[in-house]
Amino acid sequence: MMELWETYGIWTAFTLLYIVLIVGGVLLSVAYLTYAERKVLGGMQRRQGPMTVGPFGLLQPIADGLKLFSKETIIPSQANKPVFLMAPMLLFALSLVAWAVIPFDKGWVLANINVGVLYLFAISSMGVYGVIMAGWASNSRYAFLGALRSASQMVSYEVSMGLIIVCVLLCVGTLNLTEIVTTPRPVWMQILLFPMFIVFLVSILAETNRAPFDLPEGESEITGGFMVEYSAMTFALFFLGEYANMILMSAITTTLFLGGWLPPFSMWLPAGITDVLALVPGLVWFALKTAAVLFVFLWARATLPRYRYDQLMRLGWKIFLPLTLFWVVLVAGTLLTFDALP
Amino acid sequence: MASQELLINYLPILVFMAIACVVSVAMILGSLLLGKQNPDSEKNSAYECGFDAFQDARNKFDVRFYLVCLLFIIFDLEIAFLFPWAISLGEIGVFGFWSMIVFLTILTVGFIYEWKKGALDWE
Amino acid sequence: MIIQALAFYLFAGILSLSALAVITARNPVHSVLFLILAFFNASGLFLLLGAEFIAMILVIVYVGAVAVLFLFVVMMLDINFSDLRKGAMQYVPVGLLIGLILLIELAVIYQTWSLDAITAAASISMANMGETTNTELIGANLYTNYVLPFQIAGLILFVAMIGAIVLTHRSRPGVKRQKVAQQYARQRDEAMEIVKVTPRTGA
Repeated sequence: MMELWETYGIWTAFTLLYIVLIVGGVLLSVAYLTYAERKVLGGMQRRQGPMTVGPFGLLQPIADGLKLFSKETIIPSQANKPVFLMAPMLLFALSLVAWAVIPFDKGWVLANINVGVLYLFAISSMGVYGVIMAGWASNSRYAFLGALRSASQMVSYEVSMGLIIVCVLLCVGTLNLTEIVTTPRPVWMQILLFPMFIVFLVSILAETNRAPFDLPEGESEITGGFMVEYSAMTFALFFLGEYANMILMSAITTTLFLGGWLPPFSMWLPAGITDVLALVPGLVWFALKTAAVLFVFLWARATLPRYRYDQLMRLGWKIFLPLTLFWVVLVAGTLLTFDALP
Repeated sequence: MASQELLINYLPILVFMAIACVVSVAMILGSLLLGKQNPDSEKNSAYECGFDAFQDARNKFDVRFYLVCLLFIIFDLEIAFLFPWAISLGEIGVFGFWSMIVFLTILTVGFIYEWKKGALDWE
Repeated sequence: MIIQALAFYLFAGILSLSALAVITARNPVHSVLFLILAFFNASGLFLLLGAEFIAMILVIVYVGAVAVLFLFVVMMLDINFSDLRKGAMQYVPVGLLIGLILLIELAVIYQTWSLDAITAAASISMANMGETTNTELIGANLYTNYVLPFQIAGLILFVAMIGAIVLTHRSRPGVKRQKVAQQYARQRDEAMEIVKVTPRTGA
């Protein structure tokens, strides 16, 4: 019995604890991302943001969550009930399971699989189902149009995201996310990848349906898009899923481009400073870098007006797709010429 | 059967998927049970601007959305081909590089064709 | 080992059940959703065989792209599926015949091939793999040893692309489009005119 415990029990207990930590951490981060969003937007518009609930409004997200939880769940009589309820669950569950392969720190990863990048790509390509299912099941004009737009938008930008990921893979030569972080990249390689980093940032804005690409929600034209018929917890799950996806995309950006949990600027700073920076736990660096990318999300929302649909499609298919495709060839050619392939 | 070490890495994902499903179902069920439910035929009708919907909301739509979807499948496959190539370019060297360039050139011709045809234009 | 077997029966069971549901579900959208579930479980089976790359690509390409198109077509084309379904029963004998042929083929394979030899060969190749992942192995072979099939795949994709456009693209005349190049090429002189206004003359 004792042996059985030692072989399986500890492993199971550890895995379960880790999963609970991830789920709890993601939910908590989502709650305070909404708070940060309101504060940042408030600050950029010279307002204070939430101030009433708790000190500095810190309990506001908790209050919002409790409110949504206690509200009535409205299921439209014309709706397809099972699909209608499954859509938010699917979206939320997907935004959680993707975290299984993200390395938070050295060795801090739930499933250290060989094809981590492909796993993330697969999970994010399934997100489109939650949207289509919601739009179809609601049986409402607005929801239907919103779902159509949203689906084509997510699909269009996934192509350029995939090509950008290929650029990074060329430089590191592995699909394992931990190895992607630890493989050293010389400065010229970072400069070569920098334009792709910018394109990736724009693509994740489009992929998560955030401003300035939030046409699927476009409240002035289609009143909230595919989630117009959702209320209470079904709506909250969409909301949580969307924000969890934002954090996830930021974490992926951090892992692919910003060196994950490693201390920043180790190439440029003198040895004394990097030694001090290395004392800070990797998780903190990871969180800080992710937060910095998240700030870009909020910044873009506060600054940029919404795109028109034809502009959005042109950016995705006519600018990003040729550019990233060209860059794949460029990166591959450069690495091959200088014999720098891993 | 595959090696144990490889599969043991995937087991936590399976467990995680189960837990994520349980969490999301529990959240919706909890809200359904604890929140006050007071359905009403007007409340449960589809959202429209003040009047009842005339017909089913699911109707035909622009064929362009299918076209986007079709093109996406093709480019997705292209990316699927690029992944292993990117990983092993160091091994397969110049020949592998040019082999992929030929492949990409064929697809780029198709891409230029669709561009010229105006398949990427929205109005 | 027990967990592996359990996972196999879980995936295989759900796969078979959802495949059954695909053809029996009354609502075509439910059929497609069950099909997606079937794809997903099939990828689980690939994973159990150690084919990580194929498993993930199955999800990315079939679930993430092909099934989206199916869903689009089924959900949003206004086809009356009950009409289509009426004549379906007459194809049952043909379907059964094909199924029977496949079953016989499987039985023949099971009879003639020695399963032990296959597993032995597989375990040898697994042992030789060592640290290389199967993505790397695919990459090392596909673009060099199998360059011709690879290029043919490219040609097929090319034909598919042309076909998709020829079949679905309709250019509508008389639509105003934004011409970005023209917008940028516009100079100050042609865009605006500076007028000297004299006050209190009313002109």
